[in-house]
Amino acid sequence: MPKAAFPNKLLPYLLLAPQVLVTLVFFYWPASQALYQSVLKEDAFGLKTEFVGLANFSAILSNPNYLSSLQTTLIFSISTALLAMAPALLLATAAEKVVRGKGFYRTLMIWPYAVAPAVAGLLWLFMFNPTMGTFAYMLRAAGVPWDPLLNGDQAMLLVVVAAAWKQISYNFLFFVAALQSIPRSLVEAAAIDGAGSTKRFWTIVFPLIAPTSFFLLVVNTVYAFFDTFGIIDAVTAGGPARATETLVYKVYIDGFVNLDLGGSAAQSVILMAIVIALTAIQFRYVERKVHYA
Amino acid sequence: MIERDRGGRFFAHLLLIVGVLIVAFPIYYTFIASTQTIQTILRPPLPLTPGGEFAENYGQALFGGVGRIGGVDVGTLLFNTSVMALGIALGKIAISLLSAFAIVFFRFPFRMFFFWMIFVTLMLPVEVRILPTYKVMVDLGLIDTYAGLILPLVASATATLLFRQFFMTIPSELVEAARIDGAGPMKFFRDILIPLSRTNIAALFVILFIYGWTQYLWPLLVTNDNRMNTIVIALKKMVSFADADTPWNLVMVTAILAIVPPVLVVVLMQRWFVRGLVESEK
Repeated sequence: MPKAAFPNKLLPYLLLAPQVLVTLVFFYWPASQALYQSVLKEDAFGLKTEFVGLANFSAILSNPNYLSSLQTTLIFSISTALLAMAPALLLATAAEKVVRGKGFYRTLMIWPYAVAPAVAGLLWLFMFNPTMGTFAYMLRAAGVPWDPLLNGDQAMLLVVVAAAWKQISYNFLFFVAALQSIPRSLVEAAAIDGAGSTKRFWTIVFPLIAPTSFFLLVVNTVYAFFDTFGIIDAVTAGGPARATETLVYKVYIDGFVNLDLGGSAAQSVILMAIVIALTAIQFRYVERKVHYA
Repeated sequence: MIERDRGGRFFAHLLLIVGVLIVAFPIYYTFIASTQTIQTILRPPLPLTPGGEFAENYGQALFGGVGRIGGVDVGTLLFNTSVMALGIALGKIAISLLSAFAIVFFRFPFRMFFFWMIFVTLMLPVEVRILPTYKVMVDLGLIDTYAGLILPLVASATATLLFRQFFMTIPSELVEAARIDGAGPMKFFRDILIPLSRTNIAALFVILFIYGWTQYLWPLLVTNDNRMNTIVIALKKMVSFADADTPWNLVMVTAILAIVPPVLVVVLMQRWFVRGLVESEK
């Protein structure tokens, strides 16, 4: 930190003003509203509200729909994270091996990062929807009863694949950076000692990129939790029969469609707690342990 | 050199080619579909090479208007989305540069209080506080305005933290030298700090532009008027599998047009993008 500072008294406050103002109006105000709403109950006509303490929370946490949505979210997040990370690692190790065309492969690999989640969902839906999707047609021709609009497991599979596809580029770039930061001499020493490439990978490379992998696991989980709203809404709208209704999607449905303000606010508060926990984990375990070249 | 592993390298190339094909295929598939007539699209399997309707479909979508979304043409949607993405990217960069400058180069009461106040916002994406934020927008009369699309997403700490980190690496001799030469804080900011941050700004711009372009939930809530939709929202509105008269050829064109601008930004600014991505998550 530069020790020298400018002596102005008023100027720093003016410089901070835009950010502080935007943060107050669009962050602290709504966040405190969510906290406040979460302890109130509004009647059906919005005429009177009463203080109900933690009743909204206990109602949510004992609601089987909420619990099944929690389960759906966990299945969705973990599958998405794994499906997005494993191929990315495989491709990154391959990219480390090739001598020519590294930049070319990278350029083609980073496209999906720029595709909006909702659009990503639609792209996969174009290919796999029962009425006009070429792959749906092929699956049916092969005798698979494919209909993600009716079958919950198939719907889940489709959103997981679409969500993971979009995230592969991100993971690929991080794994490439992590692989590049591994000292050449370590790998060479192991090679001289007679370790084959598989053995080198598992005993040297993999432990050294473990921090990056853990970091990506957290990032991908957060992504699957919060940034996939567009995919869910575009592909399944939470259906069929709530099979793909994640927590964030449920906040939206309960708040904007079912108009259950207290319940939605309480769900928001629970989600905030989850985000804060995930961020804390990330900072505690990941900070300063991840090294990039 | 470890070992001359010809076969391994060949296998690596093969793997990468398969990977690239899988990664790029959905986009290619949609592009093919966007050059076909609606009848061809509705009769799977789709051919693997482009059809002859390229000019027809793209012209119709860009300038003709699409009935399903209130006759708005995709050109308008592209304009809206560009305004939103640029507004978010430039707005965030501007306010974060200023606040990071204040926090690093000045000593004043409540400095750390303000830092933490901004830092906390890092943790909460807009998705978890949608309903109350929406109410605030209604109270402020910002529904269906560009300000409504942009402002709430400008409130985030990522960019401020990144600039703060970078500013802290600037040697204090530089600040002292500037002061001895009689430069005031704003002159220092404009003539020294901004030029030094150019790479960081470029990197951040790519990431924030993509962030703004790909927004979904927020524009869905704050725009009711079809003319204010972003392209992603309009695309979602066009698609209906239950409905026989969904203009699939135009849907495909819109999907491609929603993809191309951010992909171009990422590919053309690749160097800064990769740097920015890896650095901003540090």
